[in-house]
Amino acid sequence: MTDLAWIEAALTSARPKALGALLRYFRNLDIAEEAFQEACLRAVRTWPQQGPPRDPAAWLIFVGRNSGIDTLRRLAKQGELPPEEVISDLSDAEEEQADRIDGSHYRDDILRLLFICCHPDLPATQQIALALRVVSGLSVPRIARAFLVSESAMEQRITRAKARVATAGIPFDTPDAIARSERLAQVAAMIYLVFNEGYSTSGNGGEGASLCEEAIRLGRLLLRIFPSEPEVMGLLALMLIQHSRLRARFDTGGNLVLLEDQDRSLWNRDLINEALALIDKAIRHRVPGPYQMQAAIGALHARAPTAESTDWTEIDLLYQALERLQPSPVVTLNRAVVVAKLHGAEAALGLIDPLGERLSGYFYFHGVRGGLLMQLGRKAEAREAFGRAIALANTPAEAAHIRQHIDRLSALARESEVKVL
Amino acid sequence: MLYAILCYNSEDVVCAWSREEDAAVMEKLAAVQRPLAEAGKLGPVARLMPTTSATTLRKTKDEPIVIDGPFAETKEQFLGFYVVDVASLDEALGIARDLAKANPGTGSYEIRPVMAFFEQGRV
Repeated sequence: MTDLAWIEAALTSARPKALGALLRYFRNLDIAEEAFQEACLRAVRTWPQQGPPRDPAAWLIFVGRNSGIDTLRRLAKQGELPPEEVISDLSDAEEEQADRIDGSHYRDDILRLLFICCHPDLPATQQIALALRVVSGLSVPRIARAFLVSESAMEQRITRAKARVATAGIPFDTPDAIARSERLAQVAAMIYLVFNEGYSTSGNGGEGASLCEEAIRLGRLLLRIFPSEPEVMGLLALMLIQHSRLRARFDTGGNLVLLEDQDRSLWNRDLINEALALIDKAIRHRVPGPYQMQAAIGALHARAPTAESTDWTEIDLLYQALERLQPSPVVTLNRAVVVAKLHGAEAALGLIDPLGERLSGYFYFHGVRGGLLMQLGRKAEAREAFGRAIALANTPAEAAHIRQHIDRLSALARESEVKVL
Repeated sequence: MLYAILCYNSEDVVCAWSREEDAAVMEKLAAVQRPLAEAGKLGPVARLMPTTSATTLRKTKDEPIVIDGPFAETKEQFLGFYVVDVASLDEALGIARDLAKANPGTGSYEIRPVMAFFEQGRV
């Protein structure tokens, strides 16, 4: 790896810590971001000659703080610029000082930075965009590509989100234990949103998958600052397991491949093993939660060498426990797929029919329902359900997948005609 | 003489590598290992999972306590390690407890899952 690539990786990984500290210092997101940016520019200039500092985050905070103060002074003088030589590059003595910057605030700094991105006033799409821009530091064009929108639309979305966060007020108080755990839960949900955004679009060439990786990075970051939270372990494990199937989830033509049809040798075993280790750690706390349970379900799939050897009984039990803990029609829908394996399509259909009203706008509901109807030979109804699913598909790959089912139905219809003749 | 070479680096940075960058680094390291293995100078090589997957057993006056996360004290020094093949974290913790009992005084045991293990290098 070249020096520049190393510096880039160091800057990326120091970003949440450094930006979080600068935000606490300046209490203004724009000034903090600008100060961080300036510090990064200086890092790129000086690190290759002087060598990287022992603690890149502390260095960036120190330099960023000076640069931000400069900006504020400049603003106060209404545009009068200080001479270039006033802004000195860091000497060894300054670096020593940077090393001594107190690290005890880091945890709350990073949490605050993550937390302002999941303000309840912000719609999910703005939360994700803001987190990717502010916390992860992804460029606007890259985020725009991931969301399949134009750069100007994304620029606008982020600006709007920032404005809303600024008027809502950023919480600078040190949170008490309850506030901290509430923030933690919201941040976990936001990270999973980022992951899901990437997951649903990861088929069409890379950008979606990189969002998943970004979410995993944020999950690791969160776990590092809250090492004893079993739900954070669960969240990270869940994302690792889902991401481990990346290369198996789509065929060479970009079509979706269902879990039971996937080539399991393509699953990333390193990610699965890390997830299993995290689940093992989480279970010791004996405080079950939705992320842990979903991760445990994923782990049962990951442990089965073939689709046929899946422990459906155990998965059904976990889904039932999940339903009790967090009742949701989507969880019931997922359980229906398991019930179909255990007790047949008829039983599964009985489970999801009452969900029709609440899930009528949900792609997977109609997809699953169509599949069950097809198994029962109720072809006309199956065709209708698949039709609805296609209309609600989120990605071309999802639509294409359902279209395959319809083609199969047509083929079945032709076969039966042949038999009748 | 047998030497253990312990590798330290910034985990944040290593975790930020892309799959390709990671593979490129591993390939370079394998190139260092190959001649050593051929000369019979290379023992086991292990890559550990991130510290977020670690658990630490710390001895106290009473029962040892289990802490999530890596060993974080600076008062004690790294003195030795075991590689065990077990079914669960609990089993590994059980072994660490036995070691703690057999060893007088203070001490800690960080239990870290192994990501990749090579008996004689990556060759």
